[in-house]
Amino acid sequence: MSAAPMSPAVLMAEGPGTVVRIHGRHVGDRVYRGTITFFAVCVPLLVALVGWEIAVAGWPTFRHFGLSFLTSSDWDPVKGRFGAAPAIYGTLVSSAIALVIATPLAVGVSVFLSELAPRWMRQPVGFLVDLLAAIPSVVYGLWGIFVLLPLLRDPVMPFLRDTLGLGKTPFFSGPAYGPSMLAAGLILAIMVLPYIASVSREVLLAVPRAQREAALALGATRWETIWRAVVPYARSGIIGGIILGLGRALGETMAVTMLIGNRQQISASLLAPGYTMASLIANEFSEASSDAHLSALMAVGFTLLVITIIVNAVARCLVWRVGGGAASKPL
Amino acid sequence: MTAGLIHTQRPSARQRAVSARARGRLARRRAVNAIMLAVLATAAVVTVLPLLFILVHLVAKGASSLNPAFFTHMPEPVGEAGGGMANAIAGTLIVIGLALACGLPVGVGAGLYLAEHRGMWLANGVRFLSDVLNGLPSIVMGIFAWQFLVRPVGHFSALSGGVALGAMMIPMIARTTEEMVRTVPPSLREAALALGYAHWRTGVTIILRTASAGIVTGVLVALARVAGETAPLLFTAFGNQFWSTSVTQPIAALPLQIFNYAISPYDDWHRLAWAGALVLIALILVISLIARVATRARFDTGSGD
Repeated sequence: MSAAPMSPAVLMAEGPGTVVRIHGRHVGDRVYRGTITFFAVCVPLLVALVGWEIAVAGWPTFRHFGLSFLTSSDWDPVKGRFGAAPAIYGTLVSSAIALVIATPLAVGVSVFLSELAPRWMRQPVGFLVDLLAAIPSVVYGLWGIFVLLPLLRDPVMPFLRDTLGLGKTPFFSGPAYGPSMLAAGLILAIMVLPYIASVSREVLLAVPRAQREAALALGATRWETIWRAVVPYARSGIIGGIILGLGRALGETMAVTMLIGNRQQISASLLAPGYTMASLIANEFSEASSDAHLSALMAVGFTLLVITIIVNAVARCLVWRVGGGAASKPL
Repeated sequence: MTAGLIHTQRPSARQRAVSARARGRLARRRAVNAIMLAVLATAAVVTVLPLLFILVHLVAKGASSLNPAFFTHMPEPVGEAGGGMANAIAGTLIVIGLALACGLPVGVGAGLYLAEHRGMWLANGVRFLSDVLNGLPSIVMGIFAWQFLVRPVGHFSALSGGVALGAMMIPMIARTTEEMVRTVPPSLREAALALGYAHWRTGVTIILRTASAGIVTGVLVALARVAGETAPLLFTAFGNQFWSTSVTQPIAALPLQIFNYAISPYDDWHRLAWAGALVLIALILVISLIARVATRARFDTGSGD
């Protein structure tokens, strides 16, 4: 019992450095340090290995086609011509549709849950949203094929095109088969919504009470409090959540492959089928027979990898900034 | 004094106009408030209802297609009614077991390192890159595992699928381990060191054990997330029509089977796909539920101390 109060004194007397050195000489400590350092170094190694393997495999394509690989829309494995423009276009457009639909709804839900909803409603609705984030992509695809596509084919697409008269614009023209950019965008919206909502909700819950109380004390209505005091404070976190959702949408494979129609074309019409980078790989990889074809698919994978890394890095920076930077931000 | 004078005077025409404008503005602000709160509530309803609809539909469709044979029988050839996914269920368990074996040690080790070396450049780099790894599309993991483990060997294998999923688990496990280790009170570590414990014994028997419930939760959440992954398995585990438990051979997996059956033109297979989807979601939910219970156990011991 007398040893316990004594040891801090010993630590003080000899300094923490001495203690560390004593333990440093211990074989077990060296093994322990070495092991966890090794595992930690595994992470950068793995990232480098993933990038390296895919870059090396895709290199012949980049060297042979250069920039035209990204801009050409001529994809013909038989003749050995590869241009990934339709897949890149499809990836960007389907993700954009997803964000346009999901962002207002997700932010609306999270504001509603954190600011307005009665206490009993928060838990179950939050749980439901989390549950939807846990449903696998392939199950969304299954649901999309058998529920969403028939719905789109019959009432929704003809309604948009003919009844609303949107068919006169290039964006909703052409026949409505079902599998389309619109279908892919919709399923992506449903899939990224829980991500955006859960990040936004966390950020909104982190806004200090004083922020709301001050606005209310100045005579602001509930809406003015939300819109001018709470949301601006959480803004960069919410934007980070949206960009994280974008990262998910860009790389999403299975559901999109099952719904987008998989056709190598760039069409302005959202009712027309298209392709995304991820679905292109998923569809053609196991059937690729020639080395050139494989290499082209690897090059597509590398392009996707670079795009998602950039998007995620931007998102992380924004989410991190909420911690310190937001407090000093003017309203 | 002046204030009192103003109050006793009748308001001038200009003052009346100003206060009327203020009242009008207040009315407008109240109207905007009411409208926007209604819009927010509508957004919540518009979001939650379809989500609820999807869930109910999945459960109803899956439950009506599910029978005991699903768990015990092998897939039947096209045209034969019945059949099950026994091989896919076993395959999924094997593949996520392999993923756990790959991801757990690296993830927990890296997480411990991150927690014990806060602020060092290597730790910051590892933390950033584990976020990068976490954001990589699963299909990219799939082609990486193919290039790294399938191409040199010459054939698909359960092991390569497990490695692809394990690599996806590493960043998730590392970050939760770090968070959980950080919640261990420093006094515990100091007490152990003061009693003469070596650093490694403190790390393993005090810190890891105190944080273990939280780490288990994180591992299970990561497991639940990769259990439903399909894209990394397309070119690694590949799928198998037959019963196989060999880690060096192609193996069936529930998500793969659901995908193949969903895009097939046969009604029988569609029914099996719905049943498979329900079983897969149930598996993920069970794992998540165990994770929740583990978290609760941690809080209970915390309050008991």
